[in-house]
Amino acid sequence: MRIDCKHVWEHISAYIDGDVDVSLRAEIDKHLETCEICSAVLDSTRNVVVLVADDRVFELPAGFSERLHARLDREIAFEDDSTPP
Amino acid sequence: MVREVRGAMQSNPNRDVEADCIRRIQAGEKHLFHELIRPCEKPVYFLLLSILRNETDAEDAAQETAIKVYRNLHQFRGESQFRTWVLSIARNEGLARLRKTESRREDSLDAMTEDSGDFTPAILTSWREVPSEELERQEVRTLIRQAIDGLPEIYRNVMLLRDIEEMDVRETATALEISEGAVKVRLHRARALMQRSLAPKLKGFALERKKLFGWFK
Repeated sequence: MRIDCKHVWEHISAYIDGDVDVSLRAEIDKHLETCEICSAVLDSTRNVVVLVADDRVFELPAGFSERLHARLDREIAFEDDSTPP
Repeated sequence: MVREVRGAMQSNPNRDVEADCIRRIQAGEKHLFHELIRPCEKPVYFLLLSILRNETDAEDAAQETAIKVYRNLHQFRGESQFRTWVLSIARNEGLARLRKTESRREDSLDAMTEDSGDFTPAILTSWREVPSEELERQEVRTLIRQAIDGLPEIYRNVMLLRDIEEMDVRETATALEISEGAVKVRLHRARALMQRSLAPKLKGFALERKKLFGWFK
């Protein structure tokens, strides 16, 4: 059975993650050989996933870490002060 | 000593290292908690930002999460990875704040059905790769962040943990208290929505123009 484009799209995420079984992967690969649209959809999706994962996209606000650890230091010091000797 | 633990936490974030660090903190080396929590800062903040949609609230909730983790460290049983446990505390903190302020929108979280939305990808006839170097441009980073912001929360949270934090399906399911099947479905939809919204906008940043500089091979 030859699979159609819609069927390929439904499995694109699993295909990228290597989470499709051997026979479905073979079907998708065969489809991709001749379908420019599905190849472009797959390539662009994979490209988007790579770009999204880059550390430069999500950066913590300036001083976030310093403020967090300063608050933790206060918490730890408070706990030490309130612990009976 | 702190540097030793930090190095170990970053290069080998496995359960033995975490368990050893936790034991030492409980035995009195409290300062090591800073290094234990450091690798979790980023995912905690961005998960809370995804839930609360406000930077100040997300930062405050992230600090509160870290303190709760510190106070309740003895309750960590090592059944999941430490990061997964921390993220579920963060998620609960975020949800508790939403309930308190009653700002939870009808279309968010539980109210959102899995089947709503159109997940057809952007139809393209060809795609030239947009290289990671393009992320040096503020406009490209902004486009991507806006696309993620535009995702429904249930999809955004899964994408944050799976694609950005690179957690596996099981860890993600545990942290978000959903099934592994739901993680896969939501990730698929998040990626489809991202491709649909971003691919047309990113086309202009593809490799082609680099031919001029002889980079294209």
